[in-house]
Amino acid sequence: MSLNIPRMADLAMEGRVPDVLFWVGCAGSYDARAQKVTIAFCKILNEVGIDFAILGNDEACTGDPARRAGNEFVFQMMAAQNVEVLNGYQIKKIVATCPHCFNVLKNEYPALGGKYEVIHHSVFLQQLIDSGKLKVEGESPRGDKAASITYHDSCYIGRGNGIYEAPREVLNTLKADIREMNRIKSNGLCCGAGGAQMFKEDEPGDKRINIERSEEALATGANTIAVNCPFCLTMMSDGVKAAEKQEEVMVYDLAELIVQANRW
Amino acid sequence: MLQPLIFFLICAVGFGYAGYKFSKLRRNVLLGKDEVIEKNPGQRFKNMMLVAFGQKKMFKRWIPAVLHGFIYVAFLFTQIELIEIIIDGFTNGHRTFAPLIGGLYTLILNTIEILSVLALIATIIFLWRRNMLSIPRFNKPEMEGWPHKDANIILYLEILLVMAILTMNGTDAVLQGIDPAHYPDTGTLAVSSWLGPLVFGGLSESVLATLERAGWWLHFLVVIAFLNYLPISKHLHIIFAFPMTYFARLTPKSEMENMPEIQKEVQSMMDPEAAFDEADMSAELPEFGAQDITELSWIDVLGGYACTQCGRCTAVCPANLTGKKLSPRKIMMDIRTRAEEIGTKLDSGDKQYIAEDKRESAKALTKENFDDGKSLFDLISKEEIHACTTCQACVEACPININPLEPILKLRRHEILTESAGPTDWLPMFTAIENGGAVWAMSDARDKWTEDV
Repeated sequence: MSLNIPRMADLAMEGRVPDVLFWVGCAGSYDARAQKVTIAFCKILNEVGIDFAILGNDEACTGDPARRAGNEFVFQMMAAQNVEVLNGYQIKKIVATCPHCFNVLKNEYPALGGKYEVIHHSVFLQQLIDSGKLKVEGESPRGDKAASITYHDSCYIGRGNGIYEAPREVLNTLKADIREMNRIKSNGLCCGAGGAQMFKEDEPGDKRINIERSEEALATGANTIAVNCPFCLTMMSDGVKAAEKQEEVMVYDLAELIVQANRW
Repeated sequence: MLQPLIFFLICAVGFGYAGYKFSKLRRNVLLGKDEVIEKNPGQRFKNMMLVAFGQKKMFKRWIPAVLHGFIYVAFLFTQIELIEIIIDGFTNGHRTFAPLIGGLYTLILNTIEILSVLALIATIIFLWRRNMLSIPRFNKPEMEGWPHKDANIILYLEILLVMAILTMNGTDAVLQGIDPAHYPDTGTLAVSSWLGPLVFGGLSESVLATLERAGWWLHFLVVIAFLNYLPISKHLHIIFAFPMTYFARLTPKSEMENMPEIQKEVQSMMDPEAAFDEADMSAELPEFGAQDITELSWIDVLGGYACTQCGRCTAVCPANLTGKKLSPRKIMMDIRTRAEEIGTKLDSGDKQYIAEDKRESAKALTKENFDDGKSLFDLISKEEIHACTTCQACVEACPININPLEPILKLRRHEILTESAGPTDWLPMFTAIENGGAVWAMSDARDKWTEDV
């Protein structure tokens, strides 16, 4: 199946604004693993028949890691550029698969003249399910084995924006055994990537944060770790690999689990 | 009439000195920068009532919440007794409220007695927990020395206070049977009506009367001592928790404060029509972020003073949990230490603390010309602020809504923007974003992934 992924620039030529703009993000665009999430989400958008577009090469980093590292200049430059593009296309609604992009677009661009309705894909998926537009049909997202899933709260969707239930409701539609970790929701433990840690070596310590969190996830005995952030995806996958459990335990984004369940 | 006079003098000195100390605290908090506070008094008041008064966030951990609750509620109710003590003290009366409100007095006294016993139990458990159990958050490096001692002093004072109350009420219960004319009936008391006769029964009237006065005075003196101890103690939270929860920001925890000065600069840089302002460029380089409490918001400094060092933030910090140096509690403690240091130096009036370039012209040392050549970075290492993942767990964990993340991020901003320093690992990321619009330096087009689908 070939996917239909409209570009905003093409729609603008026709004088159209799509219902929703899909903000892909740097990880979603360039990271080989996160690209699969991007594609899975596009599949869902196609299957459900959502009128969407991506910015493609008009999109640039939101500036989030630069801002968190302390580099406000780089952040403001990216923000100014992105706001200009988004306003130029008269974008009203944005869906993002990256919680960090989501947070900046939703909470930090308004002060810079970028005011949009911004939604994270875990909430977007939940709304599609609630409205009956998205049906999750398959028996088990893991095919042969009965799936047991543990969900890792990303900081910027969870504590940052208070979204704890939507991702869980999405997972509840899968015919799987949901196993919670000890530290969940507002007490959820970070994967270790936020605050621009993704782009630097750890400070001296006695353990890596992703190892600590992966061990907790593995202790649930679940064979799937569900995430909703490309950086959590990297961190948890690395943690599972470090524990040499990559054969038994998979780390997937919510969108991928839905695609797998529906055999799309 | 000697007693009211002594009482008056102690009140004047005790409350006067505390007032003076609290005015210094206020001055120190306001060393922080002014901040435009988003108006929403309704929500702010609600937060204060729920989080400070109602202790909502304590209940994430039930056992300490209940034990702390005993001490807190006992403290609140004891204030009623304190009002009576002050009236009795000035009028040389004895239990002025008893004949006036009768049954209600018995009820209040019983409430205080039961809560005092519960508080005593809680205090003993807290002492045991802090000193005998090895609870990690009580044994971090920043707790060594004074903070540990401070925590214990408060608990000992609490025991002393409950002892005073029980001595006062216990002897009173016995005296009511001996000399009802001087000792008005308080009704049956849950603790003192049996503990009093048990402990103090059989003592002579004069000994009883002396003990009763001793208990009364001790109660009063412990309260005065407490009040004057607060400004140097972590126990200040009993007051500062209220403004803290009121002024704590209402925006999402993950939202970073904007820097309009840089926003403006970038806008003019990117605007081809804006004239290149030569004069502006040659001006002194501005300082960004914060390296000292004077560059933090006053609310950050308030947080430093409101912090009771419980360490719930540090206990959930992913960096601290995995052995990194960062401890959000230490950041808040360092802010207070530095605010105290600046306050003390300002009080000294010593001209050596006037910034060098202003020393000649300045008449006196002020907040504005102060520069002792030190900063928060003398207390907080770069390693600490570099370890933060901005996960906001510390912000979530704080029982009184202190935000340790804000000062950490402001320190980072100073390091990167003003010092042009910071982890070298970040440089390729900054460059990649600036030059290629992506966090990694990529040669592919951003939408190359669409080709394979």
